[in-house]
Amino acid sequence: MEHVIEEKATSLTFSDVVKGRLGGKTMTLCYQCGTCASSCPVAKITPRFNPREIIKLSLLGEKDEVISGDAIWLCCSCYNCQERCPQKVEIADVIYALRNIALKEGYIPNIYSEFASALLNDGRIVKVSRFVENKRPTIGLPPLQPTGVDALRKILSATGFDKLQQKKEGVS
Amino acid sequence: MTSYALFLGCTIPARQSNYELSSRKALAKLGIELVDLANMTCCAPPPVQSIDLETSLAVAAYNICLAEEADLNLITLCSGCFESLSIANATLKADEQLKAKINRILSEAGKEFLGSKEVKHLLQVLVDDVGLERLKQRVSKPLSNLKVAAFYGCHVLRPSELLKFDDPERPSILENLIETLGAKSVEYRNKLKCCGGLLRGFSDDLALDLAREKLANTTKAGADCIATLCPFCFVALDLGQLQIKSKLNETFDMPVFHYSELLSLALGIDPKELALEAHKVKTDKIISKIS
Repeated sequence: MEHVIEEKATSLTFSDVVKGRLGGKTMTLCYQCGTCASSCPVAKITPRFNPREIIKLSLLGEKDEVISGDAIWLCCSCYNCQERCPQKVEIADVIYALRNIALKEGYIPNIYSEFASALLNDGRIVKVSRFVENKRPTIGLPPLQPTGVDALRKILSATGFDKLQQKKEGVS
Repeated sequence: MTSYALFLGCTIPARQSNYELSSRKALAKLGIELVDLANMTCCAPPPVQSIDLETSLAVAAYNICLAEEADLNLITLCSGCFESLSIANATLKADEQLKAKINRILSEAGKEFLGSKEVKHLLQVLVDDVGLERLKQRVSKPLSNLKVAAFYGCHVLRPSELLKFDDPERPSILENLIETLGAKSVEYRNKLKCCGGLLRGFSDDLALDLAREKLANTTKAGADCIATLCPFCFVALDLGQLQIKSKLNETFDMPVFHYSELLSLALGIDPKELALEAHKVKTDKIISKIS
């Protein structure tokens, strides 16, 4: 559970690092049966994504291949695999943990960086335009309440989310 | 009167006034009061979870704190909001250590997560607080001629251990609610498969492939329209049809409705009051079929 593990002990294997993160703790239970891949709607339509393969590479310590590639971002987060895994590996959550690590190391797809900026600026990941906001009373909707963006920024600062953003911007 | 704090999220106020309007009107008619609280934010859905899971838990918990302070349970219309808030609520209620950690973060914003409230999706409120029998009695314009393909999407059903919405492999809430309106719920192939919505913007080709399959299967089953309960599924299948037409040169002309819109129509609310112009695929043929 503790985030600090990876910074303190660089001799840890990649599996240990993933296991120590939120979402990653069940990864090492995987025995490679492939129930995840056969339940995956994305794996059915493209060879570019296979959850069993991502877990195998992670268990083998192929960190660079896992976090720098496109594959981890092709999970559609449908949780079918997680629901059906006979070993109770929280596969969709493991993929979030891998994305979290990738991002910390500077790999972030553009669309995610747009979501993050919107969250920091507006308190929403999709901005409500002035036009749409002004239209609300004309169709019978009450005015929108203000977002708690100040409180949110304090939270994002406490978790280091705002710094993740700066790191990302430094890389790109 | 039963009251809930309405958690509106981002996509609905930004792009789907049809979902918000129909939900507000139908719930008001059914005696459910919605309270709009100040200072809510994004729920921290999959895009934020992808960036940092700890942040997403803290942001979701912050929003639950606002409902706790107002002494209200939460209702969401969006499946994404339902999932993020429910996962945080269930996870933090069950894990004291993690809760303490998240509360240290929340204290920076003057909040403390107690774990004293519930998060419900609109459909659960309809079933639990209104009830199918009472709902049936309130239907003044039964949708008798309509064949509807129920589409759950992913994020109300799974991970079922935390969400506890319905059986993740054989759900029935939506079909029952559709039939309560007098419509016929039609079965179709791969009903529980993802719409591809979350791949939009990162891998549009794969997203459209998944949406295309859903549209092909519901068309083949003879459905007049699809009923969704999630704004992302709605975009993937509604706007998705325009993109499928221009990129894959395939036309479906399958109207997509939020369940709340079908509900409003069956409760006798005038279609002109429902902002149906937000739909990319025209709804006229359905409106004339039921009026």
